[in-house]
Amino acid sequence: MATLTINGLEVHAEEEQTVLEVARENGIEIPTLCYHPLLEPHGACRLCTVEIIRRGWPRLETACTYPAWDGIEVRTDSPPVREARKVILGLFLARCPEAPIIQELAREYGVTEPPFPPEDPDQKCILCGLCVRTCHDLVKAEVLNFSQRGIDRQVGPPFLEKTRQCIGCGACRIVCPTGAIEIALEDAAVYGAKPLGPTGAVWVPSMQAVPLIPMIDTDSCIHFRQLDRSEGRITDACQACQMLCEAEAIDFDQQDEILELDVGAIVVATGFEMWDPHGLPQYSYGKSPNIITGMEFERLSNSGGITGGDILTAEGEVPDRVAIIHCVGSRDHNAHVYCSRFCCMYSLKQAHLVREKTGAEVYEFYMDMRTFGKGYEEFYERLQEEGVTFIRGRGAEVEVLKDGQLRVKGDDADLGRLVQADVDMVILSTAIQAPHDADQIGSMLGLGRSEDGFYAEAHPKLRPVETNTEGVFLAGNAQGPKDVPDTVGQAGAAASMTLALLDKGEVTISPQVAVVDEELCSACKTCIPLCPYEAISFMDEEEVARVNEALCKGCGTCAAACPAGAIAARHFTTEQLLAQIEGLFRLPEEEPEEVEVERVPS
Amino acid sequence: MSDNGNGFEPRIVGFLCNWCTYTAADTAGVSRMKQTANVDIIRVMCSGRVDPTFILKAFVEGADGVIVSGCHPPGDCHYSTGNFKTFRRMPMVEALLEQYGIEKGRFHWGWISGAEAPKWARLVNEFTEQVRDLGPLDWKRQLQSKED
Repeated sequence: MATLTINGLEVHAEEEQTVLEVARENGIEIPTLCYHPLLEPHGACRLCTVEIIRRGWPRLETACTYPAWDGIEVRTDSPPVREARKVILGLFLARCPEAPIIQELAREYGVTEPPFPPEDPDQKCILCGLCVRTCHDLVKAEVLNFSQRGIDRQVGPPFLEKTRQCIGCGACRIVCPTGAIEIALEDAAVYGAKPLGPTGAVWVPSMQAVPLIPMIDTDSCIHFRQLDRSEGRITDACQACQMLCEAEAIDFDQQDEILELDVGAIVVATGFEMWDPHGLPQYSYGKSPNIITGMEFERLSNSGGITGGDILTAEGEVPDRVAIIHCVGSRDHNAHVYCSRFCCMYSLKQAHLVREKTGAEVYEFYMDMRTFGKGYEEFYERLQEEGVTFIRGRGAEVEVLKDGQLRVKGDDADLGRLVQADVDMVILSTAIQAPHDADQIGSMLGLGRSEDGFYAEAHPKLRPVETNTEGVFLAGNAQGPKDVPDTVGQAGAAASMTLALLDKGEVTISPQVAVVDEELCSACKTCIPLCPYEAISFMDEEEVARVNEALCKGCGTCAAACPAGAIAARHFTTEQLLAQIEGLFRLPEEEPEEVEVERVPS
Repeated sequence: MSDNGNGFEPRIVGFLCNWCTYTAADTAGVSRMKQTANVDIIRVMCSGRVDPTFILKAFVEGADGVIVSGCHPPGDCHYSTGNFKTFRRMPMVEALLEQYGIEKGRFHWGWISGAEAPKWARLVNEFTEQVRDLGPLDWKRQLQSKED
């Protein structure tokens, strides 16, 4: 460990630290332009020049490259340092007279006029090379470099031509201290495809997300993009977040894992997915960035979202008029017939947020306001008092006018005529639907699905949490559209049923199982491969098939197939079924006498 | 019971699996879907339980038509693969019935899931009309006269 003094303060330094790092650690500010903690120091901008007194000799050195040696004395703000920085800033000002950060620093050091007339007033690049180092060392794209010499020195891609080597990550633009780099993307940028999606490559879906852990969007992350582009060759591109994370929590090699667990009960809570409003083109979804779904609005109004929670149009302006259209894809024979149930309430909440945050006029096109829950109707009334305009009738069409304005048309059932409203933003309260891969989990667990595609409960009224597969329970939107309180209620019930099942320590099975009459069994073994549960085994000693009643589910397939008629499916025996058939066709012996029933007046 | 003019009301026996088609039939009833009253339902736990004997027995006893219906293959079956056994057996039953001289239109086998109550109601109505057009089978009497 080295001990040195900075501006008279005694400080300690680890090995391989630079003067700049030690100074910053101790809260001593040294101005820099070309320094970045993730990159090797380069000493290009010279702005971090400090006076270093070593063995009695004072010298001007760049703090970013000078090692924090033992016994040295550093002065960061002495008169020679200020003079040196003045000269440097004068030269910067002569090169980039319009760059705000240069102007600001120059003002700070009392430089008002450039010492030479600026050659190119639009020049912003100070040739610090931070972008070059970023592109080479971090992104590993190796696009940017210096070319020419002396006064012609410049930064750019080879021959200043467009190159496919550039991945358009924008890292150079982010690190450039003077804002000299602009990114011009030909096709839609990565974020263009996700206007209300991730705000950065490392992101948290919402500030209230559970668990509140950031994740890496591998479509945007430079590390993964380079890995993909190079087909696995570039494995060390930009690991900036990993280098910065003090907890060492970032693992680029983490993979999806398949865990095999032995469990006694399963709760299916696979939720829902949003219906895609492209399916009903009359709502013009995708034709204007200001036509968004309710889910996207949530992202927009979220404090962790792209606008920090401000409700703005795609042009960045506060909307004056906003329309909310209910039942987009719900209660519609061209999409989903069912009611998605919770959209009315979130639409009302969103109307409230728009009113509160922007004061915009809000038009709600609704067919029926389904405020079914506790306190919901009161909230609806409050919204009416807040001045939201409610139009009873389905919003029929959204038109994008030539100037980008949106026109919502619909019928007003109360007025009995067609109405339209020109608005700046349209929020579509889109339907929810069963996840597209619901059938996979369904067939894995033997779950039926009701007509709407959601998993079917064992009985709509009496067994709303159980399924037809024992030990498998349903919770939440997997079973059908539900709001939060209903979901919590059902999830609680599912958890209780799970505990009740596990706590008992034993399983009650149905008496409908197959039994082999061992006297009749001819040991043909026909039944053995038929059983899907491997419940029938062949007893070698006795030479008979025997059913394990704990494994048998009672389907009776073996009974139907047994050539000897030795297997009886209890409660559905061959005799019972044949008797049922006979019973159907047995004619009554004679007509029963007609009995007159007296009507008792009620 | 409706009547298409030939004054004949067919008797049809339906063997339905507990989990899919029986549920659909139950839902169709609870939902009060309009369907003819010609089908008598016998519930089995799985369509794989339907022994071809049952189908022949139904015809012998006097049925004019028989329906066997279970869960959609491949994945809907409550017992994983019971419906595959139905799938294997029913074509044999069809061939057998043909040999016995029973018209193809009198026997229907297929799949209706628990969510397809309207499909069940439609099947009942269409199959009833189909069998009605074929007229009475009266196999019981034919067999008896042969025995005599």
